[in-house]
Amino acid sequence: MSVAVPGEDIHASLSDVTRVYPGAAGTPAVHALGPVDLKLKRGEFFAVVGPSGCGKTTLLEVLAGLQQATAGTVTFEGRPIAGKVPDGIGVVFQEDASFPWLTVWDNAAFGLRRNGVDPAKIRRRVDDALAFMGLTDFARAYPAQLSGGMRQRVCISRTLVLQPRLILLDEPFGALDAQTRLLMGDEVLRLWRRTGATILLITHALDEAAMLSDRIGAMSARPGRFMEIVATGWPRERDSKIVSDAGFGEITGRLWDNLRGESMKSLGHSGVAAG
Amino acid sequence: MSRVGWIRIAVIAIAIALLEASCRLGLIDHRVVIPPSEMADALVHLLISGQDNDQILRTFGIVVLAAVISAIGGFALGVIIHALPRVRQSLDPFFATYYAVPIFIFYPVMIVIFGLSAIPIVLMGVATAIVAMIIATLNGLDRVPQVLTKVACVHRMGRIATALLLKLPAAAPHLFTGLKLAVSYAFIGVIASEFILAPAGLGRVISDAYTDFDNRKMYALMLLLIIVATVVNMFLHAVDQHLAERRGIGKA
Repeated sequence: MSVAVPGEDIHASLSDVTRVYPGAAGTPAVHALGPVDLKLKRGEFFAVVGPSGCGKTTLLEVLAGLQQATAGTVTFEGRPIAGKVPDGIGVVFQEDASFPWLTVWDNAAFGLRRNGVDPAKIRRRVDDALAFMGLTDFARAYPAQLSGGMRQRVCISRTLVLQPRLILLDEPFGALDAQTRLLMGDEVLRLWRRTGATILLITHALDEAAMLSDRIGAMSARPGRFMEIVATGWPRERDSKIVSDAGFGEITGRLWDNLRGESMKSLGHSGVAAG
Repeated sequence: MSRVGWIRIAVIAIAIALLEASCRLGLIDHRVVIPPSEMADALVHLLISGQDNDQILRTFGIVVLAAVISAIGGFALGVIIHALPRVRQSLDPFFATYYAVPIFIFYPVMIVIFGLSAIPIVLMGVATAIVAMIIATLNGLDRVPQVLTKVACVHRMGRIATALLLKLPAAAPHLFTGLKLAVSYAFIGVIASEFILAPAGLGRVISDAYTDFDNRKMYALMLLLIIVATVVNMFLHAVDQHLAERRGIGKA
């Protein structure tokens, strides 16, 4: 078994990044995130865990360019990101973002058609992505005819066909049952190995983070900061069976040691959830 | 056809048969209601004679025009109002109480302004229908999932592309409900206006037949209205149901 060794070059980074949401009339501003420093190595699988409302989603959206950082620098492939999603970044959201008015095939083809890609190429890439995600038999179905897990796979296919170099996953399995989540985790690992993309996964599930990632960032309660970054040392060729590995329990235990106090703090908060 | 469909047809058939029997047996006075078969016979003869076809076409033309103006205008106004939250806040109470006001009281004002032409009738149809379309548009746009806006950003879509390719299809079921209501209200607004005051149109002809005790003509035209309104609504309902099932909303 070869140990996962992601490239050492920095693919995306956040330096001294903070995000403060201005308060609405009469309410104080919400300091949601930071300051945060993070360097994502090219080709690595990085997970972010933390208590509810700690700014995990804010971090992802700042890195994606969906939100602008209040302070600090965000870069992707050496270029700064400033409130606009750069080419090469794909995002899968927690909510069902499939388009109910389009078939599975048309959902997957959406971005390619928008980019004016040659129809033959679209067909090839979409068929390939649907086959990879096990959706070939459902290509003509509508999302409403699929289960929650399959709809999420449709969203992943839509991202996959664009061949992103950085894939951001915002709790994509949050709404699924535990068994389906494990299986979806296997599929994400397969996807990661095949595409060679860098993946940042936001999750509240410690086991999911421990199973999937090369490194895991444990965040504090709001305003979210990285308290510790844990390297798992898993081989690149891994799947959900790794949950029975002795090291798995050690990793989740270590993460919980970090997060227990922060989760308690988070429960004590009554303000606006930001992540 | 589904079992529910057969039950529906059976209920209508039984109701018609009961009415037919009641009229034929003299339980209902012939001067009050004529048997449904006689209504159908009178309608066929009326249509073949062509005696009132110009009035029929005029009315249905006005209904179509009023429905189209209401649908397009209501949608456009809905989009504009949705983009202006303060304007919306100030208008919301008017929308909530709009149908509590008898709109027909404004008909004389419209005659004073536009004369005894088709314009006041079209405007009455539009006035009755347009607010339903505005409200449906606002509801539809309110329910567009926020995540679609994020998806649009990820695909680097501009405002127009986002509106046309994502928001509009996402809001489509509500817009279609608005369209259904607009068509129904346009029918009601136009026929009722003609019935009350207009010098021409199907409503006027029915009113004249009523005044002249011409039951055959009155019921024939009423039957025509019922058939046309039902067919149009059944068609829209079928389309709506098809769209709803495709989206997993269930049978409408």
